[in-house]
Amino acid sequence: MATLKELSKVEERFVGGHRLCAGCGHGITVRMILNAAEGYNVVVGCATGCLEVASTIYPYTAWKCSFIHNAFENAGATISGVEAAYKALKRRGKVNEEFKFIAFGGDGGTYDIGLQSLSGAMERGHNMVYVCLDNEAYMNTGIQRSSATPTGADTTTSPAGKVIPGKQQPRKDLTAIMAAHNIPYVAQTAIHNWQDVHKKARKALEVEGPAFINVLSPCPRGWRYNTPDIVEITKLAVETRFWPLFEVENGKWKLNYKPKKYVPIEEFLKPQGRFRHLFKPGNEHLIKALQEEVDNRWLALLERCGETPELPPR
Amino acid sequence: MNFGSGTRTRVVKADMKWYELTKAGNIYEPGNANSYETGDWRSIRPVWIEDRCIHCLFCWRYCPDASVIAKDGKFEKFDYKHCKGCGICAKVCPRNAIDMISEDEIEKAKEANKDEN
Repeated sequence: MATLKELSKVEERFVGGHRLCAGCGHGITVRMILNAAEGYNVVVGCATGCLEVASTIYPYTAWKCSFIHNAFENAGATISGVEAAYKALKRRGKVNEEFKFIAFGGDGGTYDIGLQSLSGAMERGHNMVYVCLDNEAYMNTGIQRSSATPTGADTTTSPAGKVIPGKQQPRKDLTAIMAAHNIPYVAQTAIHNWQDVHKKARKALEVEGPAFINVLSPCPRGWRYNTPDIVEITKLAVETRFWPLFEVENGKWKLNYKPKKYVPIEEFLKPQGRFRHLFKPGNEHLIKALQEEVDNRWLALLERCGETPELPPR
Repeated sequence: MNFGSGTRTRVVKADMKWYELTKAGNIYEPGNANSYETGDWRSIRPVWIEDRCIHCLFCWRYCPDASVIAKDGKFEKFDYKHCKGCGICAKVCPRNAIDMISEDEIEKAKEANKDEN
């Protein structure tokens, strides 16, 4: 495992001057992943979303590598097409360098709109890495709910008020859906643990065939927390078992981090404005339901990973 | 490599006519967003306190704008042209070696210095 001292000498491939919000999780995640791609030529593709509109405002590009954007729903199809073209050109001797292919999509472009093109790309077995930057809503267009939005979150299309207390439905478990494609590598990670992100990005790049990484990338505007607290908030998501860190290598599930203590979900909800209404009197049952959902998902995950399905000691 | 025919050039400038632009709107200068300065978004500014710094580079790792410049594995400086003042670097610093100072105060201090001179 490389140290930060060594990693800081790697050339920056996502430069400053992009127009992501101050304190955006995407900037951190992309820098970590391109940093882990050290030594490889990369081609990056983006689904429409915050990252794409903020990093490639014509005539500027924040990418120091090849970049392609096509549409919202087809980041998977676009990058798999680029990979297929590269293979064909290589076979004819027209390209000699080695390339790696990375697609970045937000949760809207991955969980909802781009799911079919992603699923197709994974099934066809292209040698590519798809990174989902999950900020749990359509932040680019003004915080609309997506299927990654957690139950109870206040968004502009699931507004918390007299009629409904935020989003009504449970969130989709995309990482498990991708694991069900039986691809060589699937992982879920979060930026508070940079070693974990680095290791998983490296593994995903090195593996032959398709790989998928789901990264929790907090959004200070949409989640409404204090901007500098990004690392704490991601850490709480992992400690409360809301966002477990795990990987699936060739069908084998492995848990990467097990919290030592039972941290209730309130700890993760409290610093965020989008969950403020849950703490009003009379809404205790909503938090209880959310806690139950988190606990059940945790137990199911432990079972998949071959560990004893029990909650951490309180 | 052929970057389009005739008058089409590689560098896109604001006063160009549409037919002078690059083919398919391609951009041929990687990382040219660097010439766009986002530093004026900032309302608070990170200031490095050298003698507290242990060069752990957490600030470099967690900067979303690549505005912490490291050299030879050590903290060198902040890139104030692109830093948006989010304050993550000051928060992740284990030794409190980064202070966030209001830009207004810096401006006022500058003004005061001018008056004295």
